[in-house]
Amino acid sequence: MEPLIHIENLHKSFGDLNVLNGFSLDLFGEENLVIVGRSGSGKSVLLKCIVRLLIPDSGVLEVLGEPVPELNQYEMDQLRTEVGFLFQGSALYDSMTVRENLEFPLRRHPEKMKGHDVETLIVNTLKSVGLAHTLEMMPEELSGGMQRRIALARTLILRPRVILYDEPTSGLDPITAKEIIELMLQIQKEYHTASLIITHDMDCARVISNRMIILIDGTNYAQGTYAELSKSTDPRVQAFFK
Amino acid sequence: MDTTYFRGSAVKRYFRETGEVWLFARRFFREAVRRPFEWKELLNQCFIVGNQSLFLVAMTGLIMGLVLTLQTRPTMEDFGAEAYMPAMVGVSIIREIGPVIIALICAGKIGSSIGAELGSMKVTEQIAAMEVSGTNPFKYLVVTRILATTLMVPLLVIFGDTIALFGSFLVEHAKGEVSFRLFFNKVFHQLSFGDLIPATAKTFFFGFAIGLIGCYKGYTSKKGTAGVGRAANTAVVVASMLLFVLDFIAVLVADIFFDL
Repeated sequence: MEPLIHIENLHKSFGDLNVLNGFSLDLFGEENLVIVGRSGSGKSVLLKCIVRLLIPDSGVLEVLGEPVPELNQYEMDQLRTEVGFLFQGSALYDSMTVRENLEFPLRRHPEKMKGHDVETLIVNTLKSVGLAHTLEMMPEELSGGMQRRIALARTLILRPRVILYDEPTSGLDPITAKEIIELMLQIQKEYHTASLIITHDMDCARVISNRMIILIDGTNYAQGTYAELSKSTDPRVQAFFK
Repeated sequence: MDTTYFRGSAVKRYFRETGEVWLFARRFFREAVRRPFEWKELLNQCFIVGNQSLFLVAMTGLIMGLVLTLQTRPTMEDFGAEAYMPAMVGVSIIREIGPVIIALICAGKIGSSIGAELGSMKVTEQIAAMEVSGTNPFKYLVVTRILATTLMVPLLVIFGDTIALFGSFLVEHAKGEVSFRLFFNKVFHQLSFGDLIPATAKTFFFGFAIGLIGCYKGYTSKKGTAGVGRAANTAVVVASMLLFVLDFIAVLVADIFFDL
């Protein structure tokens, strides 16, 4: 089975600081792969390399079989429509209504409409995240949890094959965080997406992960299922489960 | 205290930033002619830029006309030359004072607003969100704003000049009982294409400079919310300085072609 994302020996540094130091992973279809690591361990840098917001220094980085650092801008833009990205702070366009937020990527990629009209796609996607009534609201009128859901809807509207989640539950209260986790699972079932999730939230990792990678010193220090890793005797791994 | 390091880094920073602005402008010209065009957003930005500054420009123009006439009239009276007041005020407003003052007002109002808006979009990752959804934020945010300021600043200057001349007429009418028709006949009798064309042409460059610097500062802002404030502030300072440089170049060029 071909991986959707294939990363091998990835290096990225900022000046003298080596953030990713030979990191590798394979993400397969309909899989939830969780990456945990301490703050500043390079988790967000990894996600940004995958969507080419940052260019890695060296290593293999393939998404849907395409070598990300070598693509031209048009090819990269096309690839980006297949890879959704949920930002930690939601990153909703604050001068646009919820409808306009969802319409923005869709209008610029009409090939993604596949015969449906814009209105139907927007309403159906909002229904998927349980917020159909917010259509004409501004982002500032929504709570943090609702903003996260709308951001997820905006990601889903292009029907991506892979979704990258950057700390999806951070800054949310435990009940809202649980709702977001349930929504992520529901979306995976409904849209058959693969997910790469970076988080500090071990509850989130326990519920959602099929597989986990512990990122320490810029490398995959340990990997396995939640159950396997939680039984590890390595103190650096155990530190995440205490 | 050895200041070599600071002098060196400031000079280096100046040249690096000048180079970056140049590359930013080059990217603007490349993206501006490439499909798809963001017509709807361009119209929206034209409306925002024009509408946002209309009242301010009107007030500035009116006061500029009133003050210029009030200040100059006593001297002109001393020389018995008050009949030349409309012509003198017309030439100075249309040629120089109107374009420069109104462009400076626009740099303050529009430049800072663009710098702050794009800067805040940058730090809240909204620009990155546009990029990862496979759209071109530069085309949507930067190209439309620079085009809008390039098109709207000349219109605002023409509007401001008209209000300034009207302000001048109010003083002349009150002090010298000059009729509306006579005042504007004297103003336009004195003006030639050599006054109007360079004065209008340079305002397109002023508008371009205001949009370019505002967008550059906002789009490249760093270091969180403090960076947003700095982007808005430096957008005004740099754009204002650039306006004076452009004005000087425009006057030199006009002098060659129109024999001022």
